[in-house]
Formats: sequence, structure tokens, C-alpha cells
Amino acid sequence: MSRVMIPLGLLVAALMLASLLIGPAGVGAGESLAALIGGDGGPLTLVMREIRLPRMILAVMIGGSLGLAGAAMQGYLRNPLAEPGLIGVSGSAALGAVLAIQTGLAAVFMPVLPLMALAGALGGVTLVMLLAGPRGGSLTLILAGIAVSALAGALTSLVLNLSPNPFAANEIVFWMMGSLADRSLTHVWLALPFMAVGVAILASLGRGLDALTLGEDAAEAMGVRLTRLRLQLVLGTACVVGAGTAVAGAIGFVGLVVPHILRPLVGARPSRLLWASAMGGAAMVLAADIAVRVILPSRDLKLGVLTALVGAPLFLHLILKLRQERI
Amino acid sequence: MSLLTLSDLSVSLRGRDVFRDVSLSIGEGELVGLIGPNGAGKTTLMRAALGLLPFTGTSSLAGLSPSERARQVAWMPQSREIAWPVSVEDVVMLGRMPHMTGRRPSEADRARTEAALDWMELTGMRHRAATRLSGGEQARVLIARALAQDTPLLMADEPVAGLDPAHQISTMQTFGNLAQSGKSVLVSLHDLSLAARQCTRIVMLGEGRVVADGPPAEVLTPERLAHVFHITAWYRDTEDGPIYQPLEVIR
Repeated sequence: MSRVMIPLGLLVAALMLASLLIGPAGVGAGESLAALIGGDGGPLTLVMREIRLPRMILAVMIGGSLGLAGAAMQGYLRNPLAEPGLIGVSGSAALGAVLAIQTGLAAVFMPVLPLMALAGALGGVTLVMLLAGPRGGSLTLILAGIAVSALAGALTSLVLNLSPNPFAANEIVFWMMGSLADRSLTHVWLALPFMAVGVAILASLGRGLDALTLGEDAAEAMGVRLTRLRLQLVLGTACVVGAGTAVAGAIGFVGLVVPHILRPLVGARPSRLLWASAMGGAAMVLAADIAVRVILPSRDLKLGVLTALVGAPLFLHLILKLRQERI
Repeated sequence: MSLLTLSDLSVSLRGRDVFRDVSLSIGEGELVGLIGPNGAGKTTLMRAALGLLPFTGTSSLAGLSPSERARQVAWMPQSREIAWPVSVEDVVMLGRMPHMTGRRPSEADRARTEAALDWMELTGMRHRAATRLSGGEQARVLIARALAQDTPLLMADEPVAGLDPAHQISTMQTFGNLAQSGKSVLVSLHDLSLAARQCTRIVMLGEGRVVADGPPAEVLTPERLAHVFHITAWYRDTEDGPIYQPLEVIR
């Protein structure tokens, strides 16, 4: 276990530091850290505490929880192509946020947007659970997730379609690309409770996911309560994805690619993959968020665009590798 | 002591009766072969006995809490699923899950895993990814997993299907040794000779009920084989034990 966790931990720590130190202000490392910790009340302290610190914390929280949720979802569905967005929560959270922007409420009071996104996520997960039923298997969950995703996507398109205000439409499109720019500690405090609950639920699923390696029947006979496991998975994923989408928009591919890359390094055991994947997800989002600041700093490159740009080819490569193995 | 008691167990799936009013009891030290033609309900009977599907009647195992049941009975399903390229040793160790209190396996867990690997002749491939093994090897890994669970009763659905002759015999002998040590095993299988030679008792399912239940020689009569399986068979009680060879299909 530590064979993978120690290097991953060091990588995350290094990236956290880099995330704090890299930015357009171009100040020395020692000076920046002194301003962050010491706090002389000057402009540098403000930059460090109000801009870079929340950004770094959010990258760790969102990346880590997306990686964790992706590993749990893949373990539950026993499918390496599963990802946390599958249950429709990111789509319905986005719908809530889009409505906040469209109605103009987001401009009135800052936390309205994330709060409405959280409400959207709650509505989405409730609908998924109603559709999937209390005792259904994994297939009904996937179908319910697809149905809710499609519905949320359609409604989001409808809002854009009917939007009389081109500025709002523009803002919606950019928001949906996902970003950590200009986030404050308020965002951190808004997301933190949901993420803490979600991470605690998901991290407890290791044993059940290990048993599921042998199929639902064998796992149930080994004492795993499958209906409870499914409920925990859906609620945990909804908490972290809902909160993540609410504060940062849609950031794709992290929950899909990271577990896939790390699986061979942990002996493919779903329980060991959970924490490794959380670390890997944090590293990926931290790195991507540093990259958007370094590449085209003046053009406001969006984080979600970058993760998709990096994630998609990486994923294609993994599929090709899988195909070669199967043949 | 009875390890499994079924009384008046009936299962209907999608409005069709699979079987009705099955009653049987398995005590200690038995190796019970469950035989019957395709669709007779062998798998359904075992899954209902475990409480994995809805039924009417009673099963002594289905009433237990999931964790208690996992310490009473180990179950090897017919579908041999291994979803991830986990090492053989890790798969077999999964059988210890119902007994493990902490996160780390105890000495006893390791010893039992080791014994199960040894019985199924898997020690040489313990570090290989289970998904990269052949079908028969995967079956042995999953049998070893069920053996590692170390329960009073072991239920296995066609465990020897797809195994080579040597491993078919040695697997059944491993089950026989378990029975001699006071545990019991319920296996479904299609090889009548193997069933007759290795099992202490045979339960024959057909026509939605238990057709016969008893020692192999009493159950496997030409009339029942003709009636339930629609076959004729050559049978001799040799000095090496009974031998059945199915010959012709009767229409």
C-alpha cells in the first residue's frame, strides 16, 4: 500500500506548494509563504489568503473526491468505463447553477449559484433513487442515471435556447466549462461539509467493493448488503460531485482516468484503489489548475477544458492498451 | 446437528413454478450431490436456500443476518466472475472477509488461505492475476476462495464443470475430506459417475420437485434416469467403485 501512497503523497504535497507559489503576481517563494503564514495585512497576504489558498484547497478537495468517487463507482459497477457523472448528479447540479445565472439571482448574492447547484444535485439524486427503486441492481441505477442526465441536459439546453440575454448565455457556457479561478474561502466552506460527508461514506465502502469483485451473488453471500452499499455509493457520490460542481462547474475525466491509471499500481484491489485514486485525483486537478495559469495566462483557459483535453487522449491510449491485452 | 433445513420451499419466477414443496435437511459430514436436467432448478434451489431470491416456505440459512450467514455457509455461484486483475492470493483471501475483524488478516486468516491454495494446487500461481488464468484455473481459484471461508456448510454450483479430469477428481476428494472432518458440502453437478463415486448422498431434482434423495446406488436407478434425464446408462459396481456411462437418449 505505502509503495504507491508515499510517492503519491509527495506528489500531491509538491503540487500543493506549487499551486500556492505559481501565479501572475510573480513574487518569490519565501516572500509568498511568509505573507501567507505571517500575514502582514499587505496586498501579498490578500493575494495568498484570498485567491491562491482557496484555489489550492478547492483543487485538492474536488480532485480528491472526484478520484475517490470514480474509483468507488468503477468498483461497484465492475466496469473501468464508469465515472461519477454517470448517476446524473453533475448534470442536475449544472442545471441548478444555470438557472441561477439565467434568472440573475447569481449576480445578486454570491452563494446563490452554488446553493442552487446543490439544490439541483439534491433533486437529481432524489429522482435517480426514485427511478432506480430501493432494491434494484446496478443496471437500473445506470439507466436511471442516464435518464436524469439526459433530462438535466435537455433542460439546460432549453434554458440556453430561450435565454433572451446573450450575456447570461455567454456566462452559462463559460461556467459549464469548469474553473477554479476567482473562488473564495466562502466556496470552500460551502463545499466542505458535503465533501466531508461524501468522502467519509465512500471511503467506508472498501470491503464491499472488494467482495463485489466476485459478482453480486458471491458478495451478498459473503455478508455484503448490496442495497445498502448502493445507497451509500449514490449518496456519497452525490455529495462530492454535487458540491464539486456547485463551486467549480463541470470538471470531467478525473473520476474516469485516475482510477484507471492507478489500478495496476495497487494490485487492482478496489479497496486499495479508493485512497490511491483520491490522491491521484487531487494531483491531477492541482496540476491542471497550475497549467491553466501557466499556459495562456491572459486567455482564462478553463480547467474543465484542460482536464478533458488531457483526459480524452490518455483514455484512448488506455482503451488501446486494453484491446491489445484482450486479444 | 443440521447445517441446512429446508421445509416446503417453493419458488416461482415470473409466474412459473420452478419447484414446489422441497424439504430436505443436510447434517454434518455429508457430501451431497444435487443432480437434475437443465432447468430443473438446481441453481434456484441453492440460491433460495441462501435467501438470495424470494421464496415461500422456510430455509434455516435465509433467516440469518447476512454476516452470520456468511460464517455458516460459503457459496460459489455458477457464473465465475472475477472483475479485476487481482492476484490469485488476494481472491482466495476474500473468503476470509466474513471472519476478519480488523483491516489486516490475522495468522489464522493467512493459514486458512494458504491451506485453500494448497488444496486447489494454486500455490505456484499465487501472484498471477486471476483474470489472466484459463477458465478451469479460475474455477479452482474460486473454489479455493469458498474453501477459505471455512464454513460448516459449502454450497457450490457446478464447481467441477470445465475442470480437467485430475482436478475434477481431486476437487471432489477435497470436498470428501471436508465431509470426513465433519463439515458438509452441497454441490450441483452433471457427471453421474463422479456423483455416484464421490458423494455420500444424492438429491435428484426434476419435474419441479425432489424426485429422489438418498445414497447414490438407491437414487440412480435405470427407471429414474430414463424418466428424469431421458437417458439409458450402463452401470457396473466395480471393485474401483460404481461406474455410470450414459448411453442413449430416450425420446
